[in-house]
Amino acid sequence: MKELVVLSGKGGTGKTTITAAFASLAKDAVLADCDVDAADLHLLLHPEVRGRMEFRGIEIAIKDPALCTECGACREKCRFEAIDENFDIMDTRCEGCGVCEIVCPADAIHLEFRLSGEAYISSTRFGPMSHARLFTAEEASGKLVAMVRKNAKMLAADEDRSLVLIDGPPGIGCPVIASISGTDLTCIVTEPTVSGRHDLIRVVGVARHFKVPVAVIINRYDVNPEMAQTMEAWCAEENIPVIGRMPYDTAATMAMVKGMTIVEYDDDVLAPAVRDAWRRLEGLLYGR
Amino acid sequence: MKIVVASGKGGTGKTTVSVNLALVLGNCTLVDCDVEEPNCALFLGDMKVHQDVILMEPAFDLDRCTYCKECADFCHYHAIAVIPPESLLFFRELCHPCGGCAIVCQHQAIGESPRMIGDIRRGEFGGVTLYDGQLKIGEPLAVPLIRKLNALDDGDGVFIYDSPPGTSCPVVETLQGADYAVLVTEPTPFGLHDLKLAVDVVKNAGLPLGVIINRDGVGDDGVERFCEEQDIEILLRIPESRQIAELYSSGNCLVQDMPDLARSLRAVYTRIQEVVG
Repeated sequence: MKELVVLSGKGGTGKTTITAAFASLAKDAVLADCDVDAADLHLLLHPEVRGRMEFRGIEIAIKDPALCTECGACREKCRFEAIDENFDIMDTRCEGCGVCEIVCPADAIHLEFRLSGEAYISSTRFGPMSHARLFTAEEASGKLVAMVRKNAKMLAADEDRSLVLIDGPPGIGCPVIASISGTDLTCIVTEPTVSGRHDLIRVVGVARHFKVPVAVIINRYDVNPEMAQTMEAWCAEENIPVIGRMPYDTAATMAMVKGMTIVEYDDDVLAPAVRDAWRRLEGLLYGR
Repeated sequence: MKIVVASGKGGTGKTTVSVNLALVLGNCTLVDCDVEEPNCALFLGDMKVHQDVILMEPAFDLDRCTYCKECADFCHYHAIAVIPPESLLFFRELCHPCGGCAIVCQHQAIGESPRMIGDIRRGEFGGVTLYDGQLKIGEPLAVPLIRKLNALDDGDGVFIYDSPPGTSCPVVETLQGADYAVLVTEPTPFGLHDLKLAVDVVKNAGLPLGVIINRDGVGDDGVERFCEEQDIEILLRIPESRQIAELYSSGNCLVQDMPDLARSLRAVYTRIQEVVG
C-alpha cells in the first residue's frame, strides 16, 4: 500500500481542488482529509458517513476548587502559562502535561481525556473516505491527523485498495508533520507568487527532513510566468520534478460551487492538465 | 488596540489585508503570527533577528540513571521509553518540554538543555514596525513562538496581528488579548465553510468581528447570505482583480497603486475604532 500526501505550505493554492480531482482519477484509492481544522474535501466528495468515532486525543487538567489552597505551585511550574492569576486553568493553553497534577500538594488537580473531535469513515462516489472534525479552538490536531491516517490504512486493507490519497493541511508544523511522516510521496501544490515560492522552499525542507520524495504542481502559473520560471529553475536545481502547470481558470471556482471536481466539470483547460499531472504522479509512485 | 486578521481557510488574503492596513495606518506594529509560513516580510523588506526562541528539553545523565522508569511512566506524550536493564530512548519530536520528567526523577539524572525552535525577527518600514516568527523546519510546536509574539503587545498604540490559518490552538493563541477580529474570506463554498468555523472561534473568545470579502465577484452569494443571517458586518469587499493578483505575486503592496483601496482600509479602521470604543 502506498501513501501520497498533497501539501502546499501556503494555504489557498488549490490543494483540495486538486486532491479531489485526483480522487476522481484514482481507480483504487482510499481518500483521507488530514486538514482536520479546516476540512473542505467533503464539500466536493459529499461523503456518506457510515461510522463515527470519538476523538479523545489529549488530556487536560481539571481543578477541584474546593481542594485548591491557592498556593501557586502549579502556576510556578506550568511551562505553558496555562494557569492564570486566579489559579484557574486556561483550557486553550493547557497541553495536558500533568506537571500541575504532581506538584499540587492538595491533590486538587487531575487529568482527564477530553472529547475534542470526531473521526468518520464514509463512502464517496470515488471510494471510501477517512475524515474528521476537530472541534474549533482545540489542540492536538496532529493526533487527530494520525487517527485519520490510521483509519484510512485500515479501510485500504479491508477493501483491498492500494493507495491512500491524503489532502494535507497548510503550514509546516505539527499537523503537517503528522500528515507527511512515513508517506511514499508528497505532491506540493504551489503558485507563482513570492509567498508561494517562500512557502514551497520551507515545505520541501520538511519533506526532506522526513525523507519523503517530492513532486511539484505550479497552479495559476500564468498569473506571473516569470516567477513560475524561477520556481521551475529552483526545482530543477533541487532535482524536484514539476509534474503539472495549471493555468488560472474560473472553472475551478465554478466546479466548486457546483460541488464537483474539475475532472467531472470537464472544462477544456484544467481537466486535461490535471489528468496529465495524475499520470505523471502515478509514474513516480509506481516507478513507471 | 490589538486587531487580529484571521480567516479559517488559507490563502484568502489575510497577509494582504494585514500588510496594507498597517501601511495605511502608519505608526503601528504589525505582528506576523503565521510562524509556519510567515509572509508579511516578503512584502515589506529585510528583517533582522531579534531573538532566538528556545525551549528547555530534558538531558539525561545516564551515569546517574537507575532505569527505574519513573520518567517514562510520567511522560504524557510518550516521549521517553525505558527498557531495563540499561536502555533509555528519548523521542525528541514527541516531547512538549514540560519539565515533568526532571521533577519526578529521584536520582537527579535529568537536567535540561536548550533547544532552539525558531526565531523572532524585526524590521522597520517607514512608520510600521514588523515582527515575525519563523518556526524551524521539522519543529512541530508553533504555539510557544506565537506566545512570544503575543507578549510584544504592550498595550501602547495599534497592533495588527496576522493570524495563521485554521481554527485550532495557534489561532486561539493569536486571539488572546485581542480587541477585534477581522475575518478575511472569499465568496466560495470553501471560503464560507471555513468562515463559519472561524466565526465560531472568535465568538467563543468573546470578540467583536467583521468580515472582509476578498476576490468579490467569483463564486456564489453564500458568504453574503450567511453574514446577513448572522448579523455580521461586512467591512469591505475587495473585487476579484488581475491587477491585484499580479501585484501580489511579485511581492508588491497594493495601497501605493490603489488609492481607492487605501481609502477603504482607512474607513475599515475607523469603523473598528467605533466598535471597540
